[in-house]
Amino acid sequence: MSTINPSGWRPTTPSQGGESAEGTFTGNRALMLEEALIFEIGSTDTTGVDFGEAPAGKSRLAGMERSKPIGLPGLSEPETVRHYTRLSRQNYAIDLGLFPLGSCTMKHNPRLNERMARLPGFADIHPLQPVDTVQGALEAIDQLAHWLITLTGMQAVAMSPKAGAHGELCGVLAIRAALDAKGETARRIMLVPESAHGTNPATAAFAGFAVEDIPATPEGRVDVAALKARLGPDIAGVMITNPNTCGLFEPDLKDISDAVHAAGGYVYCDGANFNAIVGRVRPGDLGVDAMHINLHKTFSTPHGGGGPGSGPVVLSAALAPYAPLPFVEKTADGYRLVEEETAEEHHAGTFGRMTAFHGQMGMFTRALTYILSHGADGLRQVAEDSVLNANYVLRSMEDVLDAPFAKTGPCMHEAIFSDKGLPEGFSTLDIAKGLIDEGYHPMTVYFPLVVHGAMLVEPTETESKAALDQFIGAFRNVAMKAKQGEAALKSAPHFAPRRRLDETLAARKPVLAYKDAAPAEAAE
Amino acid sequence: MSRYFTEDHEWIEVDGDVATVGITEYAQSQLGDIVFVEVPDEGKELSKGDDAAVVESVKAASDVYAPVSGTVVEGNADLADNPALVNEDPEGEGWFFKMTLSDESELEGLMNEAKYQAFVSKL
Repeated sequence: MSTINPSGWRPTTPSQGGESAEGTFTGNRALMLEEALIFEIGSTDTTGVDFGEAPAGKSRLAGMERSKPIGLPGLSEPETVRHYTRLSRQNYAIDLGLFPLGSCTMKHNPRLNERMARLPGFADIHPLQPVDTVQGALEAIDQLAHWLITLTGMQAVAMSPKAGAHGELCGVLAIRAALDAKGETARRIMLVPESAHGTNPATAAFAGFAVEDIPATPEGRVDVAALKARLGPDIAGVMITNPNTCGLFEPDLKDISDAVHAAGGYVYCDGANFNAIVGRVRPGDLGVDAMHINLHKTFSTPHGGGGPGSGPVVLSAALAPYAPLPFVEKTADGYRLVEEETAEEHHAGTFGRMTAFHGQMGMFTRALTYILSHGADGLRQVAEDSVLNANYVLRSMEDVLDAPFAKTGPCMHEAIFSDKGLPEGFSTLDIAKGLIDEGYHPMTVYFPLVVHGAMLVEPTETESKAALDQFIGAFRNVAMKAKQGEAALKSAPHFAPRRRLDETLAARKPVLAYKDAAPAEAAE
Repeated sequence: MSRYFTEDHEWIEVDGDVATVGITEYAQSQLGDIVFVEVPDEGKELSKGDDAAVVESVKAASDVYAPVSGTVVEGNADLADNPALVNEDPEGEGWFFKMTLSDESELEGLMNEAKYQAFVSKL
């Protein structure tokens, strides 16, 4: 392990194990500023902006006018800016350090993407502008669509879904539309393996399917025999995550797809973990009928509060006719938007619309920039390095933490550990909280459910070996503290702006609305 | 009175025509602090294996399945305000619902206490 501070010098740390705001008049700790709620800073009696008198006139609200003050805090612009800037300093971001959340692909957002997205021809346009004034933007959408289809080996892509789960819904609605078109209304059961993403069963249920679980094998993969045994005339299809949430590739996916197709069903693949296989495997070759692609994961658009998600869905030839409107089409005269039914045009198969407009333009330009700046060799290396980094973490930790699937071979983009072997009273949660003191956002915990006390770590390809070594050093340090039963870990984090919160109380007695006298126990 | 157990960690105690259903000590220990419980309404018809109730802890949300078929006669109203009862006394005060049985022979497929303890010890 590399040592980051060979001299051993450390700044003195105040109040080891004490209250976070101890000792200073303001509650601040040097330049880490304590911050009150916005309602406590701004009075509802003041306002930061002077509005002119509303013009007198007859109200059209038919007696529905608000009669009481709205109760918003009145802050000046500098007060507002400082409030949110102070809060942001108490937060963690990919621009601050490694973000090991599993199945989330928290990779670096290249600044070149930002520059391209801010070009006025992309940034300052409106979805209702005449199409002959936005030809460049439509061409960018069409190019991105081309590369997504090429990278996945599919037939078509629906660009409008706004994020992963929205994309799942799009794909599952396409499956439902295809079944309805064939009159197969008895197929109303969706099979979802235990190793699939948690959103999959919710999506299937939302689209009107009943959900049945398919168990995982002890090796963390889909139980193919159990899945095949369940196929029949009531099965609409299967939703598989590949690579799955145990960080493993499903090598039997082609075999599964063939069996599902033979039984009259469709295969949805959750593409959240596409980062591990981009440029290496084309899901279309594995018999997938629909897969969403998280542009905010694999294709590096901002993620986690940094920007909207975007979840285009690639479709097989069987599902392409049912894709939602609108879409961009290249014609001899340039690009056009295919939107509504017209006298000349019928889109009999389409299941409708997912969104009001055409998708996340700002994310399309970023993702296209990422694809073009990486090229085929670069994208291939993305997959290879993300898998290499995850395996480096796996092998660097397996002597301190139980790694349930490490014996069966390498992992894909994420390494998974369990709480097996931790002493009585110590849990995955303690390790996660301990990592906060070490300056890291914790990994995904307690998911997937098939691993007891799961810790799911996805480092991504954008971390250097030095960055990984530092993270591994911290992770090992915290894991060893847990294994040695160090009592202080039970109350970690000690150095965060807030100490360990009482999650049980917060869930049992949630304080959902701001009140002047909030219960004392809800404050911390 | 006799008590039966399922592989999904529910217990069912039959007393005359009415059976009481809850989750086991092992289930509550695995779930951790329980923060929310949704029990079925009186009169709800359940088939064996149906989703009957929902239990949510700080770690996970899980379904509780009907161990046998029948009709719900009462949900445990105390759990709405005090879900911690399930942690404190899962096989007593923390019961989920009471039901009548439509097919007593379904009980034959369930485990008795000794068999359930042996089942849990292998997990």
